Amino acid sequence: MPLLEVKDLKLEFGTPQKPLRAVDGVSFSINAGETVCLVGESGCGKSVTALSIARLVPTPPARYVGGEILLNGRDVLQMDKKELRSIRGGAVSYIFQEPSASLNPVFRIGNQIKESLKLHRPEKATDEEIVRLLKLVGIPAPESRIRDYPHQMSGGMQQRVMIAMALASEPKLLVADEPTTALDVTIQAQILDLLRDLKARLGMSILLITHNLGIVGDLAERVAVMYAGQVVELAPARALLKRPLHPYTQALMNSVPRLGGGAERLSAIPGTVPNLGLMPAGCRFHPRCPKVQADCSQKAPQLMEVEPGRWVRCPYWQSA
Amino acid sequence: MWKFLVKRLFHLIPILLGVSLLTFLLMSLTPGDYYTHLSQNPQITPETLAKLRAERHLDKAWYVRYFYWLKNAAKGDFGYSLAYKTSASELIATRLYNTFLLSLFATILAWGIAVPLGIMAAVKKDSWADRSCSFIAFVGLSVPELLLALLALMFAAATGWFPIGGAQGALYDLMSPAEKFMNRAHHLVLPVCVLAASELAGIMRQMRSNLLDTLRAEFVTAARAKGLAEGWVIYKHALRNAINPLLTIFGYSLAALLSGAFIVENVMAWPGLGRLTIEALFARDYELVVASVVMATGLLVLGNFVADMLLAWSDPRIRLE
Amino acid sequence: METEAVNLEAQQGALPPPASPWQLFCRRLLEHRIAVFGGLLLVFLYTISLFAGFVAPYHFERQDRDRFFHPPTKIQLKGFWLAVPRYEQKEGQFKYEPVAGDAKSIRLFVRGEKYKLLGFIPASIHLFGTGDDSYPVYLLGTDQFGRDVFSRVLYGSQISLSIGVIGILLSFTIGILMGGISGYFGGHVDDGIMRISEIIMSIPGLYLIISLRAVFPADLSSIQVYTIIIVILSCIRWAGVARVIRGMTLSLRERQFVLAARAMGMGHFRVITRHVLPNTFSYVIVAATLSIPYYILGEVVLSFLGVGIQEPEASWGNMLSAAQNTEYLQRHPWLLAPGAAIFITVLAFNFLGDGLRDAADTKST
Repeated sequence: MPLLEVKDLKLEFGTPQKPLRAVDGVSFSINAGETVCLVGESGCGKSVTALSIARLVPTPPARYVGGEILLNGRDVLQMDKKELRSIRGGAVSYIFQEPSASLNPVFRIGNQIKESLKLHRPEKATDEEIVRLLKLVGIPAPESRIRDYPHQMSGGMQQRVMIAMALASEPKLLVADEPTTALDVTIQAQILDLLRDLKARLGMSILLITHNLGIVGDLAERVAVMYAGQVVELAPARALLKRPLHPYTQALMNSVPRLGGGAERLSAIPGTVPNLGLMPAGCRFHPRCPKVQADCSQKAPQLMEVEPGRWVRCPYWQSA
Repeated sequence: MWKFLVKRLFHLIPILLGVSLLTFLLMSLTPGDYYTHLSQNPQITPETLAKLRAERHLDKAWYVRYFYWLKNAAKGDFGYSLAYKTSASELIATRLYNTFLLSLFATILAWGIAVPLGIMAAVKKDSWADRSCSFIAFVGLSVPELLLALLALMFAAATGWFPIGGAQGALYDLMSPAEKFMNRAHHLVLPVCVLAASELAGIMRQMRSNLLDTLRAEFVTAARAKGLAEGWVIYKHALRNAINPLLTIFGYSLAALLSGAFIVENVMAWPGLGRLTIEALFARDYELVVASVVMATGLLVLGNFVADMLLAWSDPRIRLE
Repeated sequence: METEAVNLEAQQGALPPPASPWQLFCRRLLEHRIAVFGGLLLVFLYTISLFAGFVAPYHFERQDRDRFFHPPTKIQLKGFWLAVPRYEQKEGQFKYEPVAGDAKSIRLFVRGEKYKLLGFIPASIHLFGTGDDSYPVYLLGTDQFGRDVFSRVLYGSQISLSIGVIGILLSFTIGILMGGISGYFGGHVDDGIMRISEIIMSIPGLYLIISLRAVFPADLSSIQVYTIIIVILSCIRWAGVARVIRGMTLSLRERQFVLAARAMGMGHFRVITRHVLPNTFSYVIVAATLSIPYYILGEVVLSFLGVGIQEPEASWGNMLSAAQNTEYLQRHPWLLAPGAAIFITVLAFNFLGDGLRDAADTKST
């Protein structure tokens, strides 16, 4: 049984008269020890999907209108408060995009980590354990840093602290929401190395949210590409990167500039991500699709398994 | 932190100097002086008038007089009040103490009620409790202090539960210390309530708004993601951060409070600096006016400094600079 | 490629044209019902204030020596119309009782005392009245000199309401200019202006107001006092505005579009007025609206203390100083009517200001 199974998740904002569906039938799964990447542009619903795993999306103003999120077989959307709190930070831990915004500025980092420990592994809520965790994430001289405040650390260090805090409970699933976006490129690489290292050592699953295709190949076993609230392609990472099948994925790959290889015009995807309230009819990507056909604006395509383990939401995926 | 505080302390001195200079300058521009009304009296010769004026240096240029005033003020001597025929310093000291008492208790009352109410309104956002609090706050913000003070007087006169103005009863000097304390407290109640009522609304709205903003911050989501109980998230994590901006506006609210105290003192006959300023003004005892204004500013500036200290202690980003 | 362009247009054609920030602001404001109510209330207040002489049944100086401290005249129904009874004086100090059955109808557009409409057009028609001095219409009673409180409140509104508007025009103009210069040029100019504004803001408001008022002689004509009050209040309020505008200018100065304008060769002045300042408008509109009550209250306090608008001119402030006498107040509570007028006005401004603030705040939905 997969560790996490998201089945046909539907989430809305706005009034019942004028609903804005941010997540429209998203499905994917993560097995134990597996790293899955959720890729997409801003506004495609990937962050909201990720936050839903521990039901961290405030409802109101959001509303879950369909689907299930099965964590070890239990539906998160039906859990009561007590059970929800035990999985948060316990089975599922989060790290967020802006480490400086995610750490409470008025408390020392040692205390913030201890808070997590007290909740989930109280017998280990000791300074030694905190030091061990800080060492694990590669913070030099951790004994002296326990009493630091977040603003006394660099962005990269803060992110490591976040990771240490997330690991405090020995989670089964780590959800990383754009963990490197706010960091410099060199630090990005360090954090990714760290994640890769932790993955190997601790064997935990990771759900990595990003808009940067570049980091997908480093870490992920499988990738789900999202567009306008839907999954448009789901495949093993290597295969997807070598041979993307959905026109959107292909366009994304083409727009990544390549070092070397001559001077060409950067290709961009024309148009803009559709407004939640004004979805195009039929296939949501069709107004921007280079391979658009006549009936793309008529029929909304379903996600189909076109090869073993490869799913595409496009009937014309085979055209070159 | 100490460097920050010392820097702030040093900042205060030029402010106080500037204020005293400005006020002195303004007072020197006023038409006439204390002795002006005497010039109407045919029995007093112009020479006598000139002599009287020379004694008080009133014939010299304003910057010269300012220099004398400053020299004495630095020693704590505000001269002799012509209008009250007593040492100005003693007079100022008593009045300052009264204004200080009024402001202190009004601040404690206002913040003591407004902060919990604001927190409740934010936590129970859009409930009927929140809406009615917001409504009352709105109305409260709009009621002019003058009206409130007059209504309080009317209330006192109608019910007889509270004295109508003043800080102590007529037989104060004959009372025992315990009775004195009760008497003063009794006189304090209405003015403090009026003053606090005006401040309350603004602070409550600010607290509510700050807490709501803080609850939207990412570290609050992160705290929830750790599995903390909602109460812990709100009262330990969010509140601790929401308080800080409130400390910064403490200074502004104190300024409004002292201005408000000015009205309350004059309407409800509370013998504080505000009342002294008006009395001195009408009596044309301008040096007393200057001393009064500078003292009131001193209170405000001190209050700001206390707020800065609180903020520095509360926000580690400032404390550790 | 062509199919792409066509599809793009098709998608964009389906969208309504984007609203300008101004239109968005107006739409959000109109949706805020309380703000609209406040705005309409203000329009109403300013209109009747403008035509105070017409709406008020009596002149502000008119004394009815038979009716000192008269209570508000009850409005009764006589047939299908409104009427006011005759009152007769009873035993004791200033007690009046209505006589049953003896009432006179209130008519509209009644000829009454002469006044000057809008300050210069001679007229004598009043909005309502009975036309008979034995049946006076004192909607809010009379004061200690037998003057109609309602009429005086109306005449007083002319002063209070106008001081607010002129006051903010003056102080915000100065404040924006000083703040803009300070923030844009920085350096010693900035230091100097900020020092001055800090000193001004360090003195608790009313203390400074009183000190400034002392500079001028105590007895001045009403026009002079009126002007001085506006000048004094503006001299104090500009400082707060300047600080905020300075802060905004400082951050705007670094923004790309300012650099672009400078790179194009635009002079400093044009950059400030055409690029920097327009971005401050959303703050200015809200702050100005919410500042007006301070002017109204400033004048009220000054007049109350006796150093503002003097008798016999009617000002909400000097009317309230009569109410300071608690004996009077208890027996004749209608003397507090100007206080209610102030409250309603300030409430309306706060409603409107709140709505403006919400409409301008693009971050909230």
